[in-house]
Amino acid sequence: MNPNDLSIPELLDTLEKQLRATLNSRKLTNPLMIGIHSGGVWVAEHMHHRLGLSSPLGLLDISFYRDDFSQLGINPFVKPSQLPKDIEARDIILIDDVFYTGRTIRAALNEIFDYGRPNQVILGILIERDGQQIPLKPDCIGVNIKLQPGERIKLTGPNPLTIAIQNTDNSESA
Amino acid sequence: MTTTDSLQFNSDHQLQHLLSIEGLDQRLLTEIMDNAESFASLANQPVKKYPILRGKTVVNLFFENSTRTRTTFELAAKRLSADVINMNIATSATSKGESLLDTIRNLEAMHVDMFVIRHALSGAAHFIAQHVAPGISVINAGDGNHAHPTQALLDMFTIRRHKNDFSSLRIAIIGDILHSRVARSQIQALSILGAKEIRVIAPKTLLPIEVNALGVSVSHTLEEGLQDIDVVIMLRLQKERMSGALLPSESEYFNCFGLTQEKLAIAKPDAIVMHPGPINRGVEISSEVADGPQSVILQQVSYGIAIRMAIMSLILQPPGRHHT
Repeated sequence: MNPNDLSIPELLDTLEKQLRATLNSRKLTNPLMIGIHSGGVWVAEHMHHRLGLSSPLGLLDISFYRDDFSQLGINPFVKPSQLPKDIEARDIILIDDVFYTGRTIRAALNEIFDYGRPNQVILGILIERDGQQIPLKPDCIGVNIKLQPGERIKLTGPNPLTIAIQNTDNSESA
Repeated sequence: MTTTDSLQFNSDHQLQHLLSIEGLDQRLLTEIMDNAESFASLANQPVKKYPILRGKTVVNLFFENSTRTRTTFELAAKRLSADVINMNIATSATSKGESLLDTIRNLEAMHVDMFVIRHALSGAAHFIAQHVAPGISVINAGDGNHAHPTQALLDMFTIRRHKNDFSSLRIAIIGDILHSRVARSQIQALSILGAKEIRVIAPKTLLPIEVNALGVSVSHTLEEGLQDIDVVIMLRLQKERMSGALLPSESEYFNCFGLTQEKLAIAKPDAIVMHPGPINRGVEISSEVADGPQSVILQQVSYGIAIRMAIMSLILQPPGRHHT
């Protein structure tokens, strides 16, 4: 698929459909949805509303859990994560906008497990792209695309949500 | 001689050592407080730890006793996942005759990343920063009468959390200004942050001769000095000053400069009361005020951890990768 033809409403529809199918097959009645700051939260807001979930949406800022502090240093204005006290034994749907290297999800899982031991974690991603560096895979996606070397995908939002393909020379991990 | 200013920053204008508030600008103080804001929420998490300084080693080098400062530095480093060694020098090698530089050289040989130094002599942290191997950072945790920058920063953070905008605030600092490294650093930080008025209240014997050069207004009574004040900062009266003939007696001092509920009522009704600790109840502050609703003294201790996390992570971040 040509990345420039991506349509946000269609991606949201596909992700919603896949999440519904997973929730049904696993018989999950009261999952806890968590969005990763910032793009993941925007996508999660849509999914949380569409799926009619009753538990409030959680927010995760993984800046302090990233594995590249030794390269990038401290990230200013890190928002405190807002997770309910009882992660313990919950079924969690973790949402992010783009899945690229997998490092963000690694950091997010570490942070979630610092809050407690969830029953299971389902990973929902709006756009999965090539370039995986860690053995993690999303469970539900809006689309899977291939980008040229040096290309990055960037979601801006929250209203409206738009996608842009950027060309960068340094291939920083997203 | 290297100035504190050029010593504190590396060639990328990144903070390498924190020795004094002098030479820092409003942007940097604000950045440190913003980062501390991010770290403050960690206190509410079940696992109070971030992995960002994993693998770094911090040495707390305390040549002078301290409980609060050393403990909060230790907790700050541990909550950033650094390894921490506490050295109480009064009971270690220097008492066997090892020189300060030899102690430092030995610790360097153990490949540490940061020294946190408390020393009774003014300029000790500065001296060590001049002599450590490149790549090692020094934080001044109080040197003689000179500076206590992390205390001043946690005080600014406490004020900002309660009062927001410094430009409308009148702040009174009360007590032994002459011998106080805390007061000196607070006055510098408040000036940089643009406080409306900094007022020092003390007997003449506890004020420096050049007090007017500090850019503060001076009062010699609480009755006059507390008028219109938003933030009341009490300083600890060091008991050893009594013997130096600077003060007649503790009870006489309390009568004139001790903060009671009655005296506090002269300040604005929503004024907050701060104290760097340890407090001498009944000497500079009454229990009623120290434990009262306007006191934020224990919050200062909690915020001390967040501000020290912010400073350590800022200083130990990689060279040339400073976010602006």
